[in-house]
Formats: sequence, structure tokens, C-alpha cells
Amino acid sequence: MIPLWMYLLVAALLFCIGIYGVLARRNAVAILLSVELMLNAVNINLVAFWRYLAPQDMSGQAFAAFVFVVAAAEAAVGLAILLFIYRTKRSVVVEDVNLLRW
Amino acid sequence: MIELNAQTIAFAILSALILGGALGVVTTRNLVHGALWLILSLLGVAGYFVLLSAPFLAAVQVLVYIGAIAILFVFAVMLTRSMTSLGEVRNRQWWLSAITVVLLFLLLAAGIIFPVWGRGAPGEVTTLSATVGGAAELGAALVAGDGFVLPFEVASILLTAAMIGAIVVARDDEEEAA
Repeated sequence: MIPLWMYLLVAALLFCIGIYGVLARRNAVAILLSVELMLNAVNINLVAFWRYLAPQDMSGQAFAAFVFVVAAAEAAVGLAILLFIYRTKRSVVVEDVNLLRW
Repeated sequence: MIELNAQTIAFAILSALILGGALGVVTTRNLVHGALWLILSLLGVAGYFVLLSAPFLAAVQVLVYIGAIAILFVFAVMLTRSMTSLGEVRNRQWWLSAITVVLLFLLLAAGIIFPVWGRGAPGEVTTLSATVGGAAELGAALVAGDGFVLPFEVASILLTAAMIGAIVVARDDEEEAA
């Protein structure tokens, strides 16, 4: 049997790679890709805890399903905003989008 | 400590897929390749769900994440011409981000391997329960009055709002006027 902490460790590593992508990449599409990685790390944690600690209670799977929903909404709206920014600024590099920057 | 059987071998392969795909996403210059790396990583997560006896979530992962979201990213890359090189891949503070992320991972790893409070200490759960709720139980929990019926309805409103919002934001007004 695979111990629970191995799933959690892989999820933590995936989450950290995602944070690195969000912080270090310049292309906004790449940043959104990294956010998807972080959401997947959360889902691994939810399902792993559900399986090991409360397999009869469906809360873990239900939460993971809601994360799917939120991820789909986030991707759709985020990419629509990106398309709009690209049309107005001809760029998807986040450093070029500085209209609201103080 | 961990016996070598089909499950552990599958776990190792899937972990390599997930982490390799994630590294590909954050390092690749060509974002079409980035979306393909993301698909690899998502496929690994779907395999994890199968290992964790949640086959319904694995199917949803393949259908929704790989079939819809990843393809949406490919479209976005094409429409914004992100696949051509945009100069530097990383910003100037990337090394600061790398240090922060490594420290955060060490903190998380310490918390996972030596938990201070709560359940789930290594070796505490020694046998997995054989009775596992499946897709039918999940469906019942999602619409049960004492379950998740309210979040379920809120999620459907969120999806509708996101769909309408995406259409409104991405619509080209000038093209329409012409």
C-alpha cells in the first residue's frame, strides 16, 4: 500500500512548481497554465485524504468536483480577459499590462 | 518499507508524469508545447484518481480538464500568438521566486512527514477500507438536502455566469459594428 504522505508530497511538489510558474513566467497564458497545476495539486490532496481518512463520506470527492467547476470557470474567464488584453495592447506579457500600476 | 507491486510501480510512473509535465509547463518557451506538457501532467493526475479508487473523477478529469480546458489553452495560445518567442521566458525576479518556492516546499514537506497535530501521521492508516463510495453515492450526496445541494446550484450559476462573462469580454465590438 502506498502511504498517504507520498501522495501529499507529490501534491506539494506540484503546487510549488505551479507557484514558481505563476511568479516567474512573463507570458500570461503560461501563468494560467501554472494556476491549473496548482488546482490539480489541491485535487490530489482532496481525493487522497478522502480515500485514506473518510472513504464513506463523499465530501472529499464532492469538493474535488467543485474544484473542477471553478477551474473551468477560471480558465474560460481568464482566457477571455487575455484575448481582450491582447486585442488592446498586442501583447500578453504581464509586464506590459501596467495601466493600473501605481 | 514499501513493497514493489503493480500499484507502487504505477504510482512511480504517474508521479514522474505529473512532475515532469509540470516542469515542462513552467520551463518551455513554446506555449503549444506548454499546453501539451500540461495534458501529460493532467493525465498523471487522472491516473492518481484511479489509484485512489475514484474512477468517476478520473473520467471527469480526462473529459473536462484535458478535453475542454487544455484545448481552450491551445486556442488561447494560437489566438494571442504566444507560441512565437517573446524574448525572456522568466522575469527578472525569477531566482527570488525559486528560493521562495524551495523554502515553501521544505516547509510543506516537513509538515507532511512530521505532522504536529491532526490525523494522517505516516503509518497511522495501515489498511485502506474496502468499502468506498462510488459515483452513485457522489451523485446522491450532490443533490441531498443535507448534502451539497446548495453548493451544487451555486456552481451551476457560477458556470452560467462564467460562460456569459467570457462571451461578453472576448467579443470583438469593432468587428460587430463594421
